[in-house]
Amino acid sequence: MQVTGTVLTTRRVDAYHALTVVAPGIAERFRPGHFVSVAVGGPRTSMPTRRAFSVHDVKPDYGGTVELVFSVRGAGTSWLAERKARDSLDLVGPLGRPFPVPRDPCACVLVGGEYGSASLFSLADTLQQRGCRVDFVLGAASADRVFGALRARRMGETTTLTTEDGSLGLRGRVTDVLPSVIADARADVVYASGPMPMLRGVTAVAVEFDIPVQVSVEESMACGYGVCMTCVLPVLGDDGVTRMVRSCVEGPVFRGERVRFEDIGTIPFDALGAPGGRAQEGGAHTRHVS
Amino acid sequence: MLTPDMSVDMRTYLAHVELANPITTAAGCAASGAELAQFFDLARLGALVTRSITMAPRAGRPTPRMAETPSGMLNAVGLQGPGVDAFLELELPRLVERGARAVVSIAGGSVAEYTALARRLADAPGVAAIEVNLSCPNVEDLGRVFARDPAASAEVVAAVRTTMRYDVPVVAKLAPDVADIVAVARACVDGGADALAMINTPLGMSIDVDTMRPSLAAGTGGLSGPAIRPLAVRCLWQVHAALPGVPLVGMGGVLTGRDALELILAGACVVAVGTALFHDPYACLRILRELEDLLKERGFERLADAVGLAHRPPGAGPRHRIDLEESSL
Ligand SMILES: Cc1cc2nc3c(=O)[nH]c(=O)nc-3n(C[C@H](O)[C@H](O)[C@H](O)COP(=O)(O)OP(=O)(O)OC[C@H]3O[C@@H](n4cnc5c(N)ncnc54)[C@H](O)[C@@H]3O)c2cc1C
Ligand SMILES: Cc1cc2nc3c(=O)[nH]c(=O)nc-3n(C[C@H](O)[C@H](O)[C@H](O)COP(=O)(O)O)c2cc1C
Ligand code: FES
Repeated sequence: MQVTGTVLTTRRVDAYHALTVVAPGIAERFRPGHFVSVAVGGPRTSMPTRRAFSVHDVKPDYGGTVELVFSVRGAGTSWLAERKARDSLDLVGPLGRPFPVPRDPCACVLVGGEYGSASLFSLADTLQQRGCRVDFVLGAASADRVFGALRARRMGETTTLTTEDGSLGLRGRVTDVLPSVIADARADVVYASGPMPMLRGVTAVAVEFDIPVQVSVEESMACGYGVCMTCVLPVLGDDGVTRMVRSCVEGPVFRGERVRFEDIGTIPFDALGAPGGRAQEGGAHTRHVS
Repeated sequence: MLTPDMSVDMRTYLAHVELANPITTAAGCAASGAELAQFFDLARLGALVTRSITMAPRAGRPTPRMAETPSGMLNAVGLQGPGVDAFLELELPRLVERGARAVVSIAGGSVAEYTALARRLADAPGVAAIEVNLSCPNVEDLGRVFARDPAASAEVVAAVRTTMRYDVPVVAKLAPDVADIVAVARACVDGGADALAMINTPLGMSIDVDTMRPSLAAGTGGLSGPAIRPLAVRCLWQVHAALPGVPLVGMGGVLTGRDALELILAGACVVAVGTALFHDPYACLRILRELEDLLKERGFERLADAVGLAHRPPGAGPRHRIDLEESSL
């Protein structure tokens, strides 16, 4: 649904900006893993595509608020960083497939990279309410880019932090410490959100331990609700066929082992409808088609 | 006098098919309607134009497929879709059930492929019109795009026209980046097109100065959004001036009712909305409301009276105002 929300508060959290927006309809329907898309640039904007952000927190205040955490990347996030309390913000959401949660209590390791950890705390909350054990592994390039370390320490059975420059926690990457965290927690499942290379690494570790892994991917999106076909990635289906699926509606949460990470940015030759593939007989060339 | 609460007659015709209003989705910007149906009743659209359907399933182009540009975006989706069989089995029936008027866009790599698609669609119930996407590379002509070649365009249109049922209009969709759009338009009409749609996306490109590589994996992509609106107005203007009797579907950067009115004044009797849908799922309904208000403010009783009105000679008053004075005597 589309909501014109009002910015309630803005704050800086280390390298990130956080915006809390009153958006009752979205807050009410939110489940961990959902994202929202935000129109940027105001009414006469020259930026026609919405920006996708995962929802960090949902609170019942003022009928329902959502909080977004973001880093400034380009023109859209710069504009967003300039928003002040009482400005209005056009949001669509909640969007996407949320994190599936286990029916019975089990041990879960939650892995977050950079701002990716923002979406893990509401998930941890839900998991703990179901009696699950939650352990955190959070990492980033440097200390100021690790999001939510304090909260993780408060919530998690254990929390392991990594930075590439060693400015916080262990020097290295989340995948360096993940195997020992999984082993110590006797983890049954891994959840991960962060940059694509991290998700690929986390998936490899989970596969090694033969436990399920749910990853929340980040692909460039123009619409966020399934109509533009720009956000696709190759995913193996239950029937063993690889399809180019939309990360905004079939995802952003996928079973990690189903995502063909090594083929992202290509059309695998065995994907359904790949050029020259078996489903393509009589098919058209792909050059310059719009 | 027209009182403010009187409503404007928004009906329009796509060839002989009546549409309740002139606002449709643009091909490839609303998939096959299922996603938009979560937001509103598709029957409120003039029509839903599907993505371009191909014979076989297509995986499309590699990612990144999208790059935002000033007031626009580049896309290189590459006609990803399930193929005509799955479309006919799963997508079209749902669209018809939802009460939408379905205009089916088709795309092929050869005249034979367009003909085969038309044959598959000829007996499908609920096809209000066929839109022929001519911005596809012709595999029999070294990948030259049909829309850039009047003779090849005419051949495709003629093949589809003879294959489709006589009562289903065939709309030829033209590209703006051609040497002479009027020549292509005329060739399509001579080939049997009942209406023309314009504009498809002109080819553009952007380079990421940080990675120092093209922003899109495919290198080039189709430019859409407000950035191309002047191009759409120019194409509609030229084609309407040359072929005033041919119904035109206008599109290119329509975000508001004012933008839709601009295309209508240039000669469009139907206006399709594409990129604006990515920003606002309700864009079509909002644009329709704004357009109706603008027509009302300007004293129009019928949308049809505004079509091509900008072509009247300089100095001549707006036609409808004269009508109004006479009728209020
Ligand atoms: C499901 C999802 C959740 C996300 N959650 C967060 C979050 O919680 N915090 C956060 O800081 N960022 C998040 N992102 C990334 C965020 O969408 C981009 O940082 C943002 O779109 C950049 O916009 P810009 O105008 O600043 O950058 P520009 O580079 O100027 O953006 C240009 C265009 O590219 C698209 N784009 C560029 N980078 C990305 C990207 N990485 N992902 C998707 N689209 C992109 C934009 O939507 C826009 O259309 C998320 C992305 C997705 C897909
Ligand atoms: C993501 C995307 C996909 C498109 N796919 C198709 C398509 O399958 N067939 C077609 O004829 N046009 C396609 N188009 C072109 C649009 O139908 C339209 O002609 C163009 O985008 C201009 O309108 P707009 O500025 O309102 O988007 C596509 C455009 C976009 C942005
Ligand atoms: S972002 Fe448009 S289909 Fe996913």
